[in-house]
Amino acid sequence: MTQGNHPVGDTQWPLWEVFTQSAPGKPHEHAGSVHAPDAEMALQNARDVYTRRGEAVSLWVVPAEAITASSPSDAGPFFEPGNDKAYRHPQFYNVPRGVKVF
Amino acid sequence: MDANAALVDFLLGLGDDRLVLGHRLSEWCGHAPILEEDIALTNISLDLIGQANLFLSLAGDLEGKGRDADALAYFRIDREFLNHPLVELPKGDFAFTIMRQFLFDAFGYHLLQALAESGHQGLRGIAGKSAKETAYHLRHSAEWVVRLGDGTDESHARAQSALDEAWRWTGALFVSTPAEAALTKSRVAPDLGGLEPVWRASVNEVIQNSTLELPEAKPPAGKGYRRGDHTEHLGTLLAEMQSLARAHPGATW
Repeated sequence: MTQGNHPVGDTQWPLWEVFTQSAPGKPHEHAGSVHAPDAEMALQNARDVYTRRGEAVSLWVVPAEAITASSPSDAGPFFEPGNDKAYRHPQFYNVPRGVKVF
Repeated sequence: MDANAALVDFLLGLGDDRLVLGHRLSEWCGHAPILEEDIALTNISLDLIGQANLFLSLAGDLEGKGRDADALAYFRIDREFLNHPLVELPKGDFAFTIMRQFLFDAFGYHLLQALAESGHQGLRGIAGKSAKETAYHLRHSAEWVVRLGDGTDESHARAQSALDEAWRWTGALFVSTPAEAALTKSRVAPDLGGLEPVWRASVNEVIQNSTLELPEAKPPAGKGYRRGDHTEHLGTLLAEMQSLARAHPGATW
């Protein structure tokens, strides 16, 4: 039995996923997670755990239970169909001469 | 006491407060109630010891006797430490650690803000840097005070008893020595007594949100208290903190 993703009997505080932005304009990227009783404390814990050495200019914390994730059993239907259709990949097409390939 | 000696003592006081409190916080390393808080308290401890390093280094330079921050931290005896008794009290339970930290952080925040405008350039630089760190420390401890006070019956009771106990020791924070009064005159340091009302306003706001009650009595202003007076607890703290440096002088690792 669970409340959100928080198993009953688990004495840990709720889990929060942490996203850090390394510079203005860059995307917020997932850095890890922290436990905290509420959003403000999650922000502080994330600051202490993930940004102490100047790694970030901005932080997001998101309740882990607010994230809907694909499950491992979805991996086949979700991600594999593309592999046998080579024309879906940009590499399928010849690059015209003179076009810079990154 | 000449102006330089007064400044050296003032800097020693600033450094010693942070060194001793940093050491007290470090006692939680590996023992805090939850991993994230363990890291937070250790971070704050390291910030405070870093600030102490800066203040003590400057004190040593100005003193001109060739003592660096390590010599001042590890080779003075308790009577030579100029920290306030508040910071040397044992860490107690988590509520006491947080409450003492909050009362000191609020004091440190206002003091460092004022010192960031000091007429002394070296002091101004250190204070400006330390003030930013201290703003974060205050945010951390204030949020905890609210959560402990407005938490469960047990956390409320423990936080109230921590406040009652720590409160008695805050009066000494605002007592200027004659030497410090001279520094105020020469615009090196703020008037400590003048910081009390702003400190109290900051403290009041958080305590009100926490549903705790400030003790009615104004904290005793440390009647007869002089810098260098200590409780019995400083000696044992120093014995532990200084043991390695005294057993292996000059050791590096």
